[in-house]
Amino acid sequence: MLSVSTKQMIGVGIFLFAIFVGVPLIIGATGRWDFYFTLTSVALLSIASAGVWLTFYIGRINIGQGAFALIGAYVSAILVVKSGWSFWISLPAAGLFAAMVSIIIGIPILRLRGVYFAMITLVLTQVVTLTALALPITNGARGMSSIPLPSGVSLFGIPILPDFAGMENTKLAFYYTACILMIVTYAALYRLVNSRLGHLCRSMQQNEELASSIGVNIAYIRVVIFAISSFFGGIGGAMFGSIAQSVYPSSFQVVDSVNFMLHCFLGGLGYVFGPMLGTLVLYFGWDLLFEFGKYQMLIYSTVLILIIRFLPNGLLSLRANKGNDK
Amino acid sequence: MEQILANGVYLGSQYAMIALGLTLIFALMNVLNFAHGQMYVIGGFVTYTFYGQLGVPFVLALAMSCITLAILGALIERFLFAPVIRGSSREESTMLLAAGIAFFLDAVILLVFGEKQRGVPKIVDGVFNYDFRVIMPYDRILICVLAILSIIAFIGLMQYTKTGRALRALAQDRIAAQLMGVNVDRYSTIGFALGAMLAGLVGGLLVTITGMNLGMGGPTSIKAFMMVMIGGAGVISGAIWGGIILGFMEAIGLAVLYQYGDITYLLIFVSLMIFLAIRPQGLMGKPWG
Repeated sequence: MLSVSTKQMIGVGIFLFAIFVGVPLIIGATGRWDFYFTLTSVALLSIASAGVWLTFYIGRINIGQGAFALIGAYVSAILVVKSGWSFWISLPAAGLFAAMVSIIIGIPILRLRGVYFAMITLVLTQVVTLTALALPITNGARGMSSIPLPSGVSLFGIPILPDFAGMENTKLAFYYTACILMIVTYAALYRLVNSRLGHLCRSMQQNEELASSIGVNIAYIRVVIFAISSFFGGIGGAMFGSIAQSVYPSSFQVVDSVNFMLHCFLGGLGYVFGPMLGTLVLYFGWDLLFEFGKYQMLIYSTVLILIIRFLPNGLLSLRANKGNDK
Repeated sequence: MEQILANGVYLGSQYAMIALGLTLIFALMNVLNFAHGQMYVIGGFVTYTFYGQLGVPFVLALAMSCITLAILGALIERFLFAPVIRGSSREESTMLLAAGIAFFLDAVILLVFGEKQRGVPKIVDGVFNYDFRVIMPYDRILICVLAILSIIAFIGLMQYTKTGRALRALAQDRIAAQLMGVNVDRYSTIGFALGAMLAGLVGGLLVTITGMNLGMGGPTSIKAFMMVMIGGAGVISGAIWGGIILGFMEAIGLAVLYQYGDITYLLIFVSLMIFLAIRPQGLMGKPWG
């Protein structure tokens, strides 16, 4: 079933050490506290990108993750602000709501394939943005602002999660929270890909008719996968709204949906950790290029074009070329 | 009512031209050109520079838009899309490239033309007024006629010339076309250039009416995607129908629901999703394009 070699274990160990100990140390040493926000964003965006990657895994190009991230952000914000829920309960609720929406929408649109699916999901992002503008509960264009920070959680009197509002350094706390969420997401993704469901997904990626003819219930699997994917999107979006303490219809737009897709492509579609790497490179790169002022976009897009021109199969394909592929 | 129909024809003819370029590129190379809206904006800015700034006659400025975009399209195809399609293990990688090019063109537009809204002087003055039932400025009528003429010219090109025949063969079956002696690489470049040129032409036509700004690229691409989906991806007649249908929906929606603002677009999007759920390949598309 799930065999993890020593080499992989060491790799994961180094990775965990790097993000939980290494990064805070480096940031503390260099004093670039703004990197916390950047890295937190990377972690959260890579959660949403993980969802996009999962839909790629069944052979669908998903440019609609921005829609589910926005849904998640709004659900969490509304539950916290209007119903007074704890953020930690609203987080899974946001994910579940996004998943529910994706099931309702997914049943008809998952019949589409290829470019048709890509285009309709792109339109979906636009629909959700416009809906957020039109509905009264979302406050229209003014959005939801001054969302309270996540409150503490205690079980039987023992504090499990601290109160973010009473904390001195919320950046660090959010960084850790986002990283933990990201690791859980990717662990779940890795487990999923290496499970029976993962094998079925791969069979669908290659040929849906063939998979269906040997008894794979493709209609069921693709809805399930789409729902999981949107769940990730909802979680990422909800957490993002909580950090920014505000949600606007423009928080996640078509550009963001396209970016989620780019993260996956850039990292490489054949690798579970591809979207994580892609998000890191693209988002962090974008942030570093900020110093170039008005040339930021030009340099960013040039690099992007060059990468895809010379590495059309993603950054991680460099590793595969050396012959030690997964 | 007559006014709504006139607006519909006007919007539809322009939309159809935008969709034509996109669908042509899609039919030939299976590339979803995210940068189509940006190409449209560049076309508008080129016409603005030549007609609005330098005082070149409008028709000449329009021709400059077409030429610039055709060259740009040919270069993009030759040096970016063709090698990526060859080297990639998945067709979808071209979408990343297309999105990258869209960002790149946005950056170039920002640096060269700035972020301001730009407009040009009217080409013809006066307003056509039929008994206060149809009111339409003359320049809009002229642009509409020009757009329809270009569409007819484009269809003529596709139907009755050797280039058009080769392009249609390529769209039908790439390998079969190659076996019949069509120079596939050359005609891919020509097709891409033609598609980009159409985007530039619409941009040049529309800059005289709505003006042009940096932010118009993305929304235009989305609208073009919708038209292509309505009609069916990669089908020329489908793109024209898609453009006309979207144009009329917008004209009617804006007239009936004008007090609700963006509701029109929301309704259009939602009805499109329902339509596609029933008929995934659009009006005239092949299933699973």
